[in-house]
Amino acid sequence: MIRVDVSRRQILAPDGKLVGEMPALGPDTLRDMYRIMVLARTFDQRALNLQRQGRIGTFAPAAGQEASQVGAVFAMRRDEWLFPTYRSHPAMLAHGMPLDRLFLYPMAHPLGGVAPPGVAIYSVAISIAAHLPHAAGAAWASRIRRESKGFVALFGDGATSEGDFHEAMNFAGVFRAPLVFLCENNGWAISVPREHQTASETIAQKAVAYGFGGEVVDGNDVLAVYQATSEALERARAGEGPTLIEAQTYRLGPHTTADDPTRYRKPEELTEAERIDPILRLRLFLEGRDLWSEKEEAALRAEAQESVRAAYQKAQETPPMALGDLVPYVYAEVPPYLAAEREEMNGWRV
Amino acid sequence: MARMTMIQAINQALAQAMEADDRVLVMGEDVGRNGGVFRATDKLYDRFGPERAIDTPLAEGGIVGTAIGMAVYGLRPVAEIQFMGFTYQAFSQLVAQAARIRYRSLGQYTCPLVVRAPYGGGVRALELHSDTLEARVLHTPGLKFVTPATPRDAKGLLLAAIDDPDPVIVAEPLRLYRSHREEVPEERYTVPIGKARLAREGSDVTLVAWGSQVPTALEAAEAAEADGVSVEVIDLRTIVPMDQEAILASVRKTHRVVIVQEAPVIGGVGAEIAALVSERAILSLEAPPLRVGGYDMPYPPSAIEEQYLPSPERVRQAIDRVLAF
Repeated sequence: MIRVDVSRRQILAPDGKLVGEMPALGPDTLRDMYRIMVLARTFDQRALNLQRQGRIGTFAPAAGQEASQVGAVFAMRRDEWLFPTYRSHPAMLAHGMPLDRLFLYPMAHPLGGVAPPGVAIYSVAISIAAHLPHAAGAAWASRIRRESKGFVALFGDGATSEGDFHEAMNFAGVFRAPLVFLCENNGWAISVPREHQTASETIAQKAVAYGFGGEVVDGNDVLAVYQATSEALERARAGEGPTLIEAQTYRLGPHTTADDPTRYRKPEELTEAERIDPILRLRLFLEGRDLWSEKEEAALRAEAQESVRAAYQKAQETPPMALGDLVPYVYAEVPPYLAAEREEMNGWRV
Repeated sequence: MARMTMIQAINQALAQAMEADDRVLVMGEDVGRNGGVFRATDKLYDRFGPERAIDTPLAEGGIVGTAIGMAVYGLRPVAEIQFMGFTYQAFSQLVAQAARIRYRSLGQYTCPLVVRAPYGGGVRALELHSDTLEARVLHTPGLKFVTPATPRDAKGLLLAAIDDPDPVIVAEPLRLYRSHREEVPEERYTVPIGKARLAREGSDVTLVAWGSQVPTALEAAEAAEADGVSVEVIDLRTIVPMDQEAILASVRKTHRVVIVQEAPVIGGVGAEIAALVSERAILSLEAPPLRVGGYDMPYPPSAIEEQYLPSPERVRQAIDRVLAF
């Protein structure tokens, strides 16, 4: 029988107390999770500031969603593919994307978001849910090749209304693609609340209709997300097919820097969201177990600031690309008319 | 060599590609057990099994979308869309996704995908089964589009598409699937993408046609010949990337051009060709380029489709007009 669990798995309560079974994670891994979440938040705040100063372009902050992404990626092997969206920089960072490449994306440099060789991160999805069939296809191809790999695709609650979500879920179910559909339900698709996306009580329960399991987890609890994703990936690697995980979280910031959430969200919502902040929760847990100190915290904050500063500097020093430099990436072989156009575009450059 | 219909040549190409490379697979609605509704994938299921001749759920977007993922991951999927008109439901995946995989990732990921689909009217089909969509792809950098007019080209172009590192749409003229047979080489061979074929040599007028309209153009050329008009026929074979030089060379020789297409005339491939010769061969022209095509309305119910489709008579009239200009 298909198992769908809507009980909302939680291992850490918002006050950092252990309320579930502790996953098999050593102190160093727990601290690494925390470091990456803090680094992601620091990047997020810096990018937001730079955008406000007009130094970088449109940026989609991920603040508040660090646990749902970092928890999932810590369950992955490095050779397993991650399918990100434009709000996935915590996950991308955790899976090996260099910070400067993350800056290049809102700087609109063509290299932005492009994973270096060996980093198993697919291109950043802009069309909502359009990457989900690709993830299903890649995972299915891996199964055809008799690999034992799991795949993780990230998307939001709004994406579940798209036809591509349905088709990807359906194909993945029929062909038992080793894919974890990780829906970060952050409550809002720009200004449209979750309950306007679907009349389903949960998103996780949609998995039943496609013949595989689903689960609701507390998306601000990094251990719950880690554990749920680990179990789903184990099943995927063992040939048991896909899983839908609904990580319930909250988008602390605007949809993008072009959005003003005060037009549609009540201020008290934010107060509550700050109380359940995923970074605060992990810190309280670590401190409660004597795995983290004020001194380490101060050092980490300084280190994160420095890493972000250095990454932005490296991004700024990345040689710009001209339009003509993109010509070789339209087709493997440049058609004669495009070669002629390249000469023209290069000729206009001063 | 054996005499084959176009559909047999396509089936042989698929079998040979799957034989030669175990990354190649076919997928789509009814392509497995049933061998395809037109039998393009006949017996591939028996030979290569259900993981390489895959019956998919009925969802064009899902077929193309998952095939993109497979292609990115290193397989060589050949997806069949049962009728080209149903490709509309996969257009988002083709135009906004497949076309941009290489570009978006600066070559880190590529999409060696083939989408095959029969197209065109004249077979008394239901709505949307007869649509002709090459113009919609012509306007999408990153996709390639080929369409054979003969069994020999059908095999060679399909094999070239499967070898190609980029996404290629192979549009197969439905009414030519079984209309005639010709000698098709038994061995695996390719017809280069981006190269037109001189289907008939002539000196007074150039007809540019492709796919379903090549027989119409040739018939019109024959009729004109009887009246002492020498007509050259270029079978474009590839719409994207277009063999511009072949068109220009012929027009510089004949000084007159008529483009024959099945799709509606406005904004079509013929308009692009007319612009090309106007921009690059205006001084060679003795008459304005003319277009003969479908009328600018949705494809009609099939009982009256003959009134819509270009006919040799309509092409002949256009030939006379460019000669009389």
